[in-house]
Amino acid sequence: MTRRVVITGVGAVTPLGVGSEPLIERWSAGECGIEDGAGRCREFDPLDFLSKKEARRTDRFTQMAIAAAREAMAQAGAGEELPYEAHRVGCVIGTGIGGLPSLEEQQRKLIESGPKAVSPLAVPLMMGNAASAAVAMRHDIHGHTYGVVSACAAGAHALGDASRIIRAGDADMVVAGGAEAAITGVATAAFAAMEATSQSGISRPFDARRDGFVMGEGAGVLVLEDAGAAAARGAEVLGELLGYGATCDGFHLTAPQPQGIEAARAIGLAIADAGLTAVDVDYVNAHGTSTPLNDRSETMALKLALGERAGDVPVSSTKSAIGHLLGAAGAVEAIATVEALRRRVAPPTIGWEEAEEGLDLDYVPDSARPLENGNGRLVAVSNSFGFGGHNAVLCLAA
Amino acid sequence: MATKVSEEQVEQQIFDGLVELGTERAVLSREATLESIDVDSLDLVELAQIVEDEFGVELRGDDVKDVRTVGEVIELVVAKAE
Repeated sequence: MTRRVVITGVGAVTPLGVGSEPLIERWSAGECGIEDGAGRCREFDPLDFLSKKEARRTDRFTQMAIAAAREAMAQAGAGEELPYEAHRVGCVIGTGIGGLPSLEEQQRKLIESGPKAVSPLAVPLMMGNAASAAVAMRHDIHGHTYGVVSACAAGAHALGDASRIIRAGDADMVVAGGAEAAITGVATAAFAAMEATSQSGISRPFDARRDGFVMGEGAGVLVLEDAGAAAARGAEVLGELLGYGATCDGFHLTAPQPQGIEAARAIGLAIADAGLTAVDVDYVNAHGTSTPLNDRSETMALKLALGERAGDVPVSSTKSAIGHLLGAAGAVEAIATVEALRRRVAPPTIGWEEAEEGLDLDYVPDSARPLENGNGRLVAVSNSFGFGGHNAVLCLAA
Repeated sequence: MATKVSEEQVEQQIFDGLVELGTERAVLSREATLESIDVDSLDLVELAQIVEDEFGVELRGDDVKDVRTVGEVIELVVAKAE
């Protein structure tokens, strides 16, 4: 019998606050966490979660992952002690870049003071797997543990991989998500140089005036469990990760394939993996970056994948409220999606006002809208696409 | 070349360094074992950097691998500085 994967805990650090609650509540209320053209986690203080020594040994992206994991594990009833033998628990956390603030600081020391000034902590601070390693150490996890690197699809790939590990029977629980803290001098300059980021500093996905993405930071962590094992221990189930689809454009280093062909295939694979069809989809949490290219190709991908249903399904972008969290985006948005389904609401694409020709889906303008499916469960698709042409799509239910 | 330094200077520097690395000052003493105050190999490498900056004494991983207490770290630095 096929193993099913349920979600028993969620945790988030986002520009809307520390915790998954402010993320969904404030986004649903139409509030935006972007200030001065960036989505910073201003309320996050690592010393609320870490000792001074632990904080010194972790980059900001790892610190946020630890905080998000703590929330998720506490909610799953696994905060004090793992409910399974430690080798049956894994930890897979994605990132787009890893410890970039640490890398830039050590580079500065190298240039200013020479090689002997470079910290022995530099490598463990900046390595892309640092978040998964730190979360595993903290929770005494001994199963499959690694980082995932696929740019802005990393968070979704991490969740998809985690679900596969559970389905394959290699683990009963995987702590999975994404983390990113790359609002640094180099990254900000680099994204601006390639004209990927917004000059206006406004994230307005799918709007005709959109002019690029707004950089954000944060982390999202979910506790995924084998459904049978979770039921046996009496864990509260928040939702289910029904399906996962992953493809690659194989087209261009940064630009999406314009017709969204492989993105559409990933959406279709995720829905089919869930054993469903397009008519079952009640909501789409779009990748919706606010770049001219993504929002157009993603719209085309949704039309391809959902067919006649495309125009009827509400589609909204969390990035309108928090900016683009790069490698954390897929995980944070999966949390936002599950929490939206639980509240039976489609949160809005904040700031959407002007339609563009061809971008004619229901982008949920103005304010949140109720999602209806009688008393039945609601199904959503959450899209994540990354530089490199990586497409990772999750099919979620609650 | 290392200059001659007093044991008090070294002790002060090592204590300050360990506090900077996240150790509580209240638990520091020459008798405290590194294990008991949660000072591990990464801390020792960072401490070695501080000591080298301050006293010009180079400590390698091999030098500190058998050191057990804070006092032994101090004695090692003093001996190397002579």
